[in-house]
Amino acid sequence: MADAHGAAAAAPVGQASPLGRPLGRCLGVLGGLFVAGLFAFVLALHAGEVPVSWGDVAGAMGLGSGSGAAEVVRALRLPRALAAYACGALLALAGTLMQILLRNPLADPYVLGISGGAAVGALGAIALGAAAWVVDGAAFTGALTATFLVFGLARGDGAWTPTRLLLTGVIVAAGCGAAVSFMLVMTTDIRVQSMLFWLTGDASGATRPWPAFLLLLGGLALVLPFARDFNVLARGDLSARALGLRVERLRLLIYVLASLLTAVAVTQVGSVGFVGLVVPHLVRLALGNDQRVLLPAAALAGGALLTAADTAARTVMAPTQLPVGVLTALIGVPLFLFLLMRHPR
Amino acid sequence: MNPATLLEADQLAVRVGPRWLCCEFSLRLHAGECLVLLGPNGAGKTTLLHTLAGLRPPSAGRVALEGRDLSSWPAGELARQRGLLVQQQPDYFAASVLETVLVGRHPHLGRWRWEGPEDVELARRALAQVGLDGFEGRDVLSLSGGERQRVAIAALLTQAPRLFLLDEPTNHLDLHYQIAILDLFQGLARAGHAVVMVLHDINLAARYADRVILLDGLGGVLAGGRQEVLQAEALSRAFGHPLRHIAVAGRAHFIPD
Repeated sequence: MADAHGAAAAAPVGQASPLGRPLGRCLGVLGGLFVAGLFAFVLALHAGEVPVSWGDVAGAMGLGSGSGAAEVVRALRLPRALAAYACGALLALAGTLMQILLRNPLADPYVLGISGGAAVGALGAIALGAAAWVVDGAAFTGALTATFLVFGLARGDGAWTPTRLLLTGVIVAAGCGAAVSFMLVMTTDIRVQSMLFWLTGDASGATRPWPAFLLLLGGLALVLPFARDFNVLARGDLSARALGLRVERLRLLIYVLASLLTAVAVTQVGSVGFVGLVVPHLVRLALGNDQRVLLPAAALAGGALLTAADTAARTVMAPTQLPVGVLTALIGVPLFLFLLMRHPR
Repeated sequence: MNPATLLEADQLAVRVGPRWLCCEFSLRLHAGECLVLLGPNGAGKTTLLHTLAGLRPPSAGRVALEGRDLSSWPAGELARQRGLLVQQQPDYFAASVLETVLVGRHPHLGRWRWEGPEDVELARRALAQVGLDGFEGRDVLSLSGGERQRVAIAALLTQAPRLFLLDEPTNHLDLHYQIAILDLFQGLARAGHAVVMVLHDINLAARYADRVILLDGLGGVLAGGRQEVLQAEALSRAFGHPLRHIAVAGRAHFIPD
């Protein structure tokens, strides 16, 4: 089957990690992803319409004297690159968590209607001509509203199965989609452009990356202690309970956290697609489904990918800036189809 | 209370919605014994097994493990004492056989501990016990039904509980492995564990049970020693088909008329 498994099977038994995969390989991939993220980050500071020397980049990072170009890096590119990294990591982490929650490898952070709710909020605010921070606030409120709505409706009579949750989420997302279409149709001026950028996902307005970064670190710190529990959860609720897990509580933790991570990411960069779906898959293919490795690796890979994609979005058609969501979809769709073709089920 | 009593059901009754699956009965299972739950489809064998596992509260009465009420056991500690083989093995994601079997070590490991060489050794031994040596690196999604069932049994062996609760352990297994797996659990029982299992095959029950709970599907329960419960008349009534008792090589067999 997957190369990852083939390689694991071929590894000499004595040198395999406890899980049958060479432990060094896992650490190597984590390290490689971290370095890739750094590389993407530095490239994001360097590349762009205004030429900036490597010295200016170093200057902006506080390693040398400041200059005009360094100011461009510090004021414009640095917050944007940080926001892209943090949001990519948040989305990939949230996607991995949603896949655990719904036990469905095709789940992504938006599957339960969070981005739909955020879109209704954000587009509503844009239609009213509100300021950027109001749009952000409305997006966040919309995301949380959709989260609570889906949670409340899916819980209904107390049964809370992945299927029920998924169905409720899909329906709420469909409702939000209708509201979004309505607003797009009813808006006739330049604001439609802003709306489309928001819907596709765009990091140009991301100026305050620190809340997203803090949430990312907090989220990782919160899920990593439970990572082995998530592995057990993948064996089904009944077996998980028999193995001593408090399944309901664990699912609630995943749901609330994944929703919050997604809401913050979407508030910052809009509903960027495919990062939350493709990154967990790619990482799973390389490292297997052990959540202790998968969760941090997905976060690192998601950050690196969105930073690189956003840099490309700023530069490939400069001076025109593309929404980053177009880039992630352009990369994500063929990649995902390729993976799907290689793994017939 | 007898010190060797492992599992004790006292005036236990199980109800789902308005329907009583089994009326009050009492039973003690000692270390070294094998208890078989028998009954027609939908009689509530699985529900009763889950109740005995502490995964659902009894509708009446109590279930105690080692003298302590199941509801008062912390979940993690209980998972080191009793293990459950569920009826269906759901696989949502690809995973290696070794990974899947090592999940059984979960209740034995602290939050930050990773599976060590001794856990891997236990898992390998369990795989060997179910005839799956060399399968460690295989993807569970690529296994046949019978192989997948044996992986689940190996995971349960790796969990190493004192009390084994098995929901149709012979599912998907060919005749050779049906006997091999049931022999394995009987051996474990004789070595000081105890086994409760749901079986469909009356003759396998007659071969391996020390005690039997027979559900008739209408709420009636017959619980007791093998000889006492496994009578052609009671079985015929419960399964709704006339059965005849014959003895082959000193062993009771029941064949449908």
